[in-house]
Amino acid sequence: MSAGLGLLALALGGVLVLVLLARGPDRVSAVATPLAFGALVLAAWEVFCRGYGVPRILLPAPSAIAAAIARSLPVLAADFMQTVLRSVLPGWLIGCGAGLLAAIALDRSPFLRRGVLPLGSLASAMPIVGIAPIMVMWFGFDWQSKAAVVVVMTFFPMLINAVAGLDSTGAMERDLLRSYGASYPQSLLKLRLPNALPFIFNALKLNSTLALIGAIVAEFFGTPIVGMGFRISTEAARMNLDVVWAEIAMAAAVGSASFAALALVERAVTFWHPSFRS
Amino acid sequence: MRHHAVPVLVVLAVVVVLWYAGALLLNFDVARNLADENATTWDIAAATMSQGRPVLPAPHQVATELFESVFMHPVNSPKSLVYHAAVTAFAAGVGFVFAFVLGIALAIGIVHVRTLERSLMLWIITSQTVPVLAIAPMVVVVLGNVGLTGLLPKALIAGYLSFFPISTGMVKGLRSPDPMQRDLMRTYSASGAQVFRKLRWPAAMAFLFPSLKVAATLALVGAIVAELPTGAQAGLGARLLTGSYYGQTQQIWAALIMASLLALLAVGVIDGARLAMLRARGGRL
Repeated sequence: MSAGLGLLALALGGVLVLVLLARGPDRVSAVATPLAFGALVLAAWEVFCRGYGVPRILLPAPSAIAAAIARSLPVLAADFMQTVLRSVLPGWLIGCGAGLLAAIALDRSPFLRRGVLPLGSLASAMPIVGIAPIMVMWFGFDWQSKAAVVVVMTFFPMLINAVAGLDSTGAMERDLLRSYGASYPQSLLKLRLPNALPFIFNALKLNSTLALIGAIVAEFFGTPIVGMGFRISTEAARMNLDVVWAEIAMAAAVGSASFAALALVERAVTFWHPSFRS
Repeated sequence: MRHHAVPVLVVLAVVVVLWYAGALLLNFDVARNLADENATTWDIAAATMSQGRPVLPAPHQVATELFESVFMHPVNSPKSLVYHAAVTAFAAGVGFVFAFVLGIALAIGIVHVRTLERSLMLWIITSQTVPVLAIAPMVVVVLGNVGLTGLLPKALIAGYLSFFPISTGMVKGLRSPDPMQRDLMRTYSASGAQVFRKLRWPAAMAFLFPSLKVAATLALVGAIVAELPTGAQAGLGARLLTGSYYGQTQQIWAALIMASLLALLAVGVIDGARLAMLRARGGRL
């Protein structure tokens, strides 16, 4: 009963605060409102779990998850090492690099481009994570197979985006470079690639999420006894949901942090682009 | 279309040739160990094309497996790939419909209510940078604890995944009319509902279909992954899992190709709907 009242009070008060914040001055409200909303959801979750005595095996309270994070820091660190540093990072680098090189090759050869591009966009509509069991069979249980899945998953988005980016140069600019007598490598390095950077960063950001998903799902198919995907599936089966939530919180933090880091690099590298000029 | 046909066919042919070459290379060691002593290299090479559990099945083996599991069993038997595909497709479809309704409703709310926009938009965008698929095993296990198994957990995960692209796409689309057009509506003294029906909604359609395509693929991936943690009995995910447990590579490849065909079918249906709407509107979306 008291839990119900608490939730009701939280909901009413929270909506009031949110409405007030949303009407406030733009700079404050743009930051404060989503933060307040997040805090409200966490508070309601905590009250709900405690007030109704929700069993731990259904939904642990945020405080229990925080405790699990604090308790299992070494485990989380080991999983981070295995999944992010060993599987995701090399796979992402190789996949994006190969996609970019392939895009440049397609850009040089119109025949290849007409042949590969339709297949590439087909491939990006396919559930590529499904290759995980095959990669586990080929490359074994350890990080190599996860990195391989990540390579395949990140290749096609980069290919398609980079081709579109290399294509985005205006005819005027190309003509200008031709009138300078620029060679192909010169026009590629000085005009086409810089111009494609926003597209390439788009793919890099998209791929950072895809890579995490690929590595985690590939771990569901077999792994040494470490890794985020392994931890999530085994602890879920053992009903240690607070640890599962801790891993999910870490996955979310890693995903958002890499996205934010890439966005910062993008800003620094493509500062000249209209979308960053005020 | 014709313009692309020859290059695409050439590239496909190269892929098939490379695939055969890969099968020859990857299966060669196993084939040599299995072959008797006076087998020639040619015999071993021929054997790499017809192993029971090849490291990489040759294209014709996959095609045979696909054909047999699709056409040689009654559709409702667990040996039929059509049956598994239908289980997965149904879960993905139910999830997709959930996501469609909810995603559009939320987008409408966000565009019209400032509080909703300010509270939710950042979280919706952030959630796209988060590997949401990681929660799949937990959702399945937890719902299993409260007695919900089978379709619902899968549909929930599929819906949850496909919800985000739909809602972000629709928010963008509903906001896409430029100030001039909105001013014009104001000079007509159109009500909010009229602006929505005559301006915002039609303008959003150009954004809806690309996000629906992304969402359909995600729904399929979600349904497949949701079948993994419980060791599900049916579905393409279950086929992948049992295939990987028992080393049935041909089964894995057949399931993969089936999943890709499903994805293509979904994208095709959405494209068809887009074309129908395009025609109904006289060629503009």
